[in-house]
Amino acid sequence: MFVLDSILYRLQRGCQTMRYPQGPAPALPDRHGGALRVDAAKCAADCDACVPVCPTQAIVREPGQRVALDLGKCIFCAACIAACPTRAITQTNDHRMAVARREDLLLGGPGAEEVRLAAALNGKLKKLFGRSLRLRQVSAGGCNACEADTNVLGTIGWDLSRFGIQFVASPRHADGLLVTGAISRNMELALRKTYAAVPAPKIVIAVGACAIAGGPFIGHPQVLNGAAAVVPVDLFIPGCPPHPLTILDGLLRWLDRLEA
Amino acid sequence: MNAAREFLWLANGASVPWADVPEWPAPEFVAVTAAELARGGRLCAWFAVPGQSGPRLAAVIAFDADNTLAVGRSAPVAKAYPSLTLRHPQAHLFEREVWEQHGLEPEGHPWLKPVRRQNGDHPAVGRFFEVAGGEIHEVSVGPVHAGIIEPGHFRFQCQGEEVLHLEIALGYQHRGVEESLPGGPHRATLSQMETVAGDTTIGHATAYATVLEALAGAEAPLRAQWLRAMALELERLANHTGDLGALAGDVAFLTTASACEKLRGDFLNLTALICGNRFGRGLVRPGGCAQDLDPARAAQLLKRLQAALADVAEATDWLWDANSVRARFELTGTVSNRQADEIGLVGVAARASGLVRDVRFDHPAGWHRFAQMPVSTWPDGDVFARARVRWLEIRRAGRFLGEQLAAPPEGGIDDAVGKPAPDTLAVALVEGWRGEICHVALTDGGGKFRRYKIVDPSFHNWPGLALALRRQAISDFPICNKSFSLSYCGFDL
Repeated sequence: MFVLDSILYRLQRGCQTMRYPQGPAPALPDRHGGALRVDAAKCAADCDACVPVCPTQAIVREPGQRVALDLGKCIFCAACIAACPTRAITQTNDHRMAVARREDLLLGGPGAEEVRLAAALNGKLKKLFGRSLRLRQVSAGGCNACEADTNVLGTIGWDLSRFGIQFVASPRHADGLLVTGAISRNMELALRKTYAAVPAPKIVIAVGACAIAGGPFIGHPQVLNGAAAVVPVDLFIPGCPPHPLTILDGLLRWLDRLEA
Repeated sequence: MNAAREFLWLANGASVPWADVPEWPAPEFVAVTAAELARGGRLCAWFAVPGQSGPRLAAVIAFDADNTLAVGRSAPVAKAYPSLTLRHPQAHLFEREVWEQHGLEPEGHPWLKPVRRQNGDHPAVGRFFEVAGGEIHEVSVGPVHAGIIEPGHFRFQCQGEEVLHLEIALGYQHRGVEESLPGGPHRATLSQMETVAGDTTIGHATAYATVLEALAGAEAPLRAQWLRAMALELERLANHTGDLGALAGDVAFLTTASACEKLRGDFLNLTALICGNRFGRGLVRPGGCAQDLDPARAAQLLKRLQAALADVAEATDWLWDANSVRARFELTGTVSNRQADEIGLVGVAARASGLVRDVRFDHPAGWHRFAQMPVSTWPDGDVFARARVRWLEIRRAGRFLGEQLAAPPEGGIDDAVGKPAPDTLAVALVEGWRGEICHVALTDGGGKFRRYKIVDPSFHNWPGLALALRRQAISDFPICNKSFSLSYCGFDL
């Protein structure tokens, strides 16, 4: 009987895949906060209250200089926001954070209060990957949370395959790598070999604070502080871990699939 | 045995002066530890503490039925000591780890090789056990796996389809968590504790916070303990639901797989409702919790929880009813009760082999001193048993959350926690969703960490997976692996 029961159940549930990106994006949890914004002009002279509270040393302020926050190093603990006396660092509640150049994650300069989102691929790469992207995932020295929330994109609620994006079981079948973790020295050889096994042209996506800059393990001699130490990175998606929506936005933005 | 030479007893979440921990010459220390284990003790941690005259061995032993822990240590060891593993296989990986970290050789250890040490650009995995013979073939898998999975290496010795022996080599996720802790706590320490195993953030952060509170002689406010206990069960619900879905997926039972994978996310979103992060980052901190659960939020939590629990019940009912699923789950990957006890399994894997072993029940600390739940066990030790224990725990976690939400304690959620006491040892056990998490901290004369030992439940349980594969078809590896659902990063540290 259970076969009929489960068919009936499936019919009752209907399609559970979200409408996004045709419909509105699902809301972030209200306490999530989203990306950060740095209005360095609001900083009090010589104030560096945010600098020592940052667990990953993502914030620096040299004497006489503007404060600089590296969203690639940020693990979104919000300690700096609590410490800031002038509300120079704030949360935007914006889930969008993916950038194509590492320097686009540096906040605080004039006109650089927020991240500069990645532009869509164009030309040959867009033609090759825009409607069909096969990725090999390499997990290398993180905590498995970025992996978990990347896996979530494969569930029925998100259904990543409707965009032609799939994770494959061999680098030979892949167009590129999605890398997570701080790149432990113990994974350096495996990452190098996996990258070499992907046919060109190939791309690399670094997901999470670890893969961008080392995350909570930044500076440990056992890690290489991010994927760029071993392979060229084409897309950086910040977070600790990034919300699934942030990862999906990054992929779709880059493949030019958002303005449908 | 005279009183001065007994192990020092303490409760979970307590601290003792290091000077009070009894000390033996190394060979005698191994002998008394073996005697304690022989009379029903269980090795929670076995590690070494560096010192000027050489490293000392230290042991934390749990007597589950007596609800108590015991600690002891050796005098400085020059180079070698008689192996404990020969009498108690549960010490096997611990002794390898001590050898790797401090160079102390356990004499007579049957399989002394690295655990996670770096060797250039890969881990020093050492030589693998080999079966010889004309019909024998070897299958090598990993470190990079055919999915979105952490790295690890599996080496199977097979005769046809049948696995004679599986050896698991880890260390690929090693990122220096323990090595960074002496002299701490540092700025990044709490974040690193939250990411020892990212799917067990609440478990490890609670153990860490408990250790710091014990060292300072403080206790978190009751309401914070209540919040931590609820977050721990939400973590359990999410992961157990995800694992049931993944088990269903591995036997191509897609209806349950699809439903449970989505429902796992619904539970993660409940944790995010409390603290903003789906994995519970930033909720637990030494001295209490960072976020409170106001009445409106609690009401929403309860409503969404009940809906998700009803959906999980419906989705898993099909699983238990399906003959095709039972045929794959039953009598697959069996670990006997005796094996489980000998190798020191913890958590779901131990309880699925009929062992009554649950920190929440045996060593209650924090909120579990006031609110208990029954231990969920199943006798058979196979994939079905490990799935079934998860289902029992989902129901009991759901009921526990309902009860706790109905009676919230009042008061604040965060107290300032003082400086850690100098030359003090503290132990905290937490029943994470995989099993027992053990944190042991020892401070120096200035109250900084002199040694900090982390034992993730996976450290106890990986050898269980290797045993479960003996005489199994190699095609059953995925469901056996998923039924243990162990952490690579928690092991690799």
